[in-house]
Amino acid sequence: MNFPDNLKYSKEHEWVMMVEDAVALIGITEFAQSELGDVVYVELPEVGEKITKDDPFGSVESVKAVSDLFAPVSGTVIEVNDSLPDSPELVNEDSYGDGWMIKVQMSDKEELKDLLTPDEYAEYVERQQEEDDEEDEKDGE
Amino acid sequence: MSKHSLGTVNRLRAPPLIFESGSPERSGFFWPEEKKTDWIPSQFVRDEIAGFPELGELEVLRHFTCLSHLNYSIEGQFYPLGSCTMKYNPKINEVVARLPGLSLLHPLAPTVLIQGALELLYDLERMLVEISGMDHVTLQPAAGAQGELTGLMMIRAYLTAQGNPRKKILVPDTAHGTNPASCSLCGYDVVQIPSNERGIIDVAKVRTVMDEEVAALMITNPNTFGIFEQDIQAIAEVVHHKGGLIYMDGANLNAIMGIAKPGHMGVDALHMNLHKTFSTPHGGGGPGAGPVGVKDILRDFLPIPRISKGSKRYELREDFPLSIGRVRSFLGNFGVLVRAYTYIISLGADGLEETSRMAVLNANYLRKRLEEYYHLPYSEPCMHECVFTDRVQQKLGVHTIDIAKRLLDYGFHPPTIYFPLVVSGAIMIEPTETEDPETLDSFIDAMISIAREAKENATLVNTAPHSTPVQRLDEAGAARRLVLRWGGSKPEGSGQKAER
Amino acid sequence: MRYTPHTASDKEYLLKAIGLNRIEELFSHIPQTLKDQASISLPPGLTEVEVRKKMAALAVRNGTPEDWSLFLGGGIYHHAIPSTVDAVISRAEFATAYTPYQPEVSQGTLQAAYEYQTLICQLTGMEVSNAGLYDGASGTAEAVLMARRIQKRRNRVFVSRALHPQYRLVIATHLKNLEKTEIVEIPFTDAGQMDIEFLSKEMDERAICVVVGYPNFFGAIEDLAPLREACARHGVLLISVTTEALSLALLKPPGFWGVDIAVGEGQSLGLPMSLGGPGYGFFACQKKLVRTMPGRLVGETEDTEGRRGFVLTLATREQHIRREKATSNICTTQTLCTLASTVFMATLGKGGMRRLAEANVARAHETRGRLVKDARLVPTFGAPFFNEFVLNVKGLTKVLSRFESKRIVPGIPLKPWYPELGEGLLICVTEMNEREEIDRLVETFSGNG
Repeated sequence: MNFPDNLKYSKEHEWVMMVEDAVALIGITEFAQSELGDVVYVELPEVGEKITKDDPFGSVESVKAVSDLFAPVSGTVIEVNDSLPDSPELVNEDSYGDGWMIKVQMSDKEELKDLLTPDEYAEYVERQQEEDDEEDEKDGE
Repeated sequence: MSKHSLGTVNRLRAPPLIFESGSPERSGFFWPEEKKTDWIPSQFVRDEIAGFPELGELEVLRHFTCLSHLNYSIEGQFYPLGSCTMKYNPKINEVVARLPGLSLLHPLAPTVLIQGALELLYDLERMLVEISGMDHVTLQPAAGAQGELTGLMMIRAYLTAQGNPRKKILVPDTAHGTNPASCSLCGYDVVQIPSNERGIIDVAKVRTVMDEEVAALMITNPNTFGIFEQDIQAIAEVVHHKGGLIYMDGANLNAIMGIAKPGHMGVDALHMNLHKTFSTPHGGGGPGAGPVGVKDILRDFLPIPRISKGSKRYELREDFPLSIGRVRSFLGNFGVLVRAYTYIISLGADGLEETSRMAVLNANYLRKRLEEYYHLPYSEPCMHECVFTDRVQQKLGVHTIDIAKRLLDYGFHPPTIYFPLVVSGAIMIEPTETEDPETLDSFIDAMISIAREAKENATLVNTAPHSTPVQRLDEAGAARRLVLRWGGSKPEGSGQKAER
Repeated sequence: MRYTPHTASDKEYLLKAIGLNRIEELFSHIPQTLKDQASISLPPGLTEVEVRKKMAALAVRNGTPEDWSLFLGGGIYHHAIPSTVDAVISRAEFATAYTPYQPEVSQGTLQAAYEYQTLICQLTGMEVSNAGLYDGASGTAEAVLMARRIQKRRNRVFVSRALHPQYRLVIATHLKNLEKTEIVEIPFTDAGQMDIEFLSKEMDERAICVVVGYPNFFGAIEDLAPLREACARHGVLLISVTTEALSLALLKPPGFWGVDIAVGEGQSLGLPMSLGGPGYGFFACQKKLVRTMPGRLVGETEDTEGRRGFVLTLATREQHIRREKATSNICTTQTLCTLASTVFMATLGKGGMRRLAEANVARAHETRGRLVKDARLVPTFGAPFFNEFVLNVKGLTKVLSRFESKRIVPGIPLKPWYPELGEGLLICVTEMNEREEIDRLVETFSGNG
């Protein structure tokens, strides 16, 4: 599993890349897409919409499930990846690159401090996977 | 005592679409042309229906006959879909439903012309009251989900009349998806109650979440694990004590006829699925019927019209000011109701009680024989269905989906999979009472064989099915490309698709 | 009679394997108080012969077109049904199959559903259709709920008074429990069509949608062009409701007029009247709205070997995945009924549908022409119509009393739903009303029969 160094991560499995001073590019991580399976549709906000940290800003659908996308930071949406409606598989194939979702003009740069570093996120994912295994063990005692 | 499984579908090919066959001006229907055709002003008259099929009568029949060969069905294969009650659909019901005196009836005819029909409906209501232990029944809802909505609307109307419709409904985590969906349609928020380590809801949990903003608790009994909700009467008391009501999803009624009546469990409203417990055919996805039974406290809110028995005749009455109104047009899925009525009189009290006994016996037999090979999440006694998981096979890289697909190669329809959501990889098996021991043994043999294949040849299982008319279908592709109608695409998936 | 095959030795075999002695032990965990009261108090089972006799006795007490002349429409229509329909839907492979969750062994059901979706698109002129809903009335309610989801900050729904009265009630029942949505009723004009002037005055940015019958309950054909314009001015969705689906074989389809959601009842296409059910609701809209559509959708795809196949798709809108956030709560719908219509439409085909529709128009118009020669029978409305029309009958109640002894039901009195049309009678004439029946109808009205 890949955890690129130049990104920050949220506990909801989004990644954030600072492309300019207060401008963040956001998408979901490789771990997230592998949990979801083949992505068939991404519901994204419109340019101009305001998003709030920790609130849902859209959703991502696979054949069997829908997951909310939670804003890792607050701000205004200034760009949306318009390749995704026609090619949702980009989220699976290139989660950190062509599978990017929205670009946000941040309203509070301090929020970046709450995000995880690549190492912290990698550890978090490992713990999640252990917990899931325990859950499965518990089913049926 | 095994029996070679019947009816494996051969490697057949699907016929072309009806739009890809035929020839201009062919028709399977002779009707003379009218001499005068300009009655309606031309600006309202359409051109011909572009793309509509033009086939001869034999072409039509061949097409659909060939299509039918591609289906598994109860009459062809054992169909142990948990929660669906795929029992035998009696042929006598079909004969009766086709009697002109029961099918060529107009619902807006004067009631004097439909007295036989109204008597049938009136009696069916009473039969369902007796079987469920409730006080009144409406036959209108077209399916279980519509029944749920009707029941919840009545509960809401009742509470509104008391002064406060309230805001929340408690729904177990094992509930069928229609349960929370129906709550939303009725304007309620859903609060999920987790099942405990025995797979059921315990009354202590309910006590902690029950308050005066909870309108109702929805419960399925036995639940979707096939386990009897032992605490149900105590739970009902807790909910009633704070002014809430109990709604029961009656999808699993097949387990308890003559054993326990919902009306005695503290249930205030429930729906029954006639296409499950009462043998009406599933039809590939309907039509069904979801009549709702209620206790006296909800009678004023029943939908209109209602059938009443006058001194001389049966009448339809709408003069019920507190009724929730109409949930659908006319009287309900009458054709389905006729079949259920026929089934109930055929079986009688003794037949219905034996039905549940045998349904539970068959399910317990399957459970006992399979527990050596598949993981059982709960050790509680099961009733008419049992749930396994793929925990053992997962370690070998074989999952529930693969087991299901491999069963197709053995000529069985798989059980319900991945439901309930509370356990991972659920396999829900409901044999029903109409299966003989030899069929059960064939199924068990197949399941045991697959468990062995998982150890010795996992790839065979992972790439199943191999012998069905089509192999695994690309569902992600379907959702991405969204081709929902014929627009000129070629058969054999050659990739050439015209603009839709 | 019972369908459990178990003999005494079968039961012994099964119990032994489980490790029990008696069947009652399977229920030992059920509270005794429940078991004690559970016995079912109904008569014992019957043999098949007894069942046939009993059901025949019930059937014979109902009046059908075999021995009565019915001129009844009002949302359910008596049409010819080719014998191919029953031949196909009687096949157990279709009738006793389940919802196609395992597509590899359900291609029969799925391909037929895909063909159905296509036929409805062609018939209605819309871009996508779902696989069917319970009936026209709940389909209409679902369309309104869908419009409400799309038009998030709006709260007024406009419903034509000329829409089927039961459909209007069903819409109201479904909206009652949701956050404040106002239903505004639009009156009809003397011509029997929606009062567009009234609508235009009432419409504003709070309007969600307009619901109009096409044809409407009076059988009248609505002029959808000005209606479409009025809606467009305020971004209001237009929903058309067709209770007599056969009419779309002849009339310009809703899609032609720019309707946003086209719904209606499919019963008249290959299903017996059956006291009003089961039929099905068809539901079609423009492709861009597909993700907010309720009901099942069948999509085309390929298997691992490149073979074309069909699957249920966009299930993420539905209850088994989205649960409380689903577009609706629908699970089982009316699949065998939509199959019946598919066979009907395939059998009639392009030409047959047209000829059947024209036969209806001809009979209804000829009949009306003959009836209105009598000065006591006056056309209530001037709008063009398909196969149903309203006549004002002077002294209606007295006139109606003449018909029972003649075994004729000449129409549906409108007064219960439209008090303002106190002497109005809704008369429907289809291809199934023979010349001789129509002669007797005319005679009985004139009082000379």
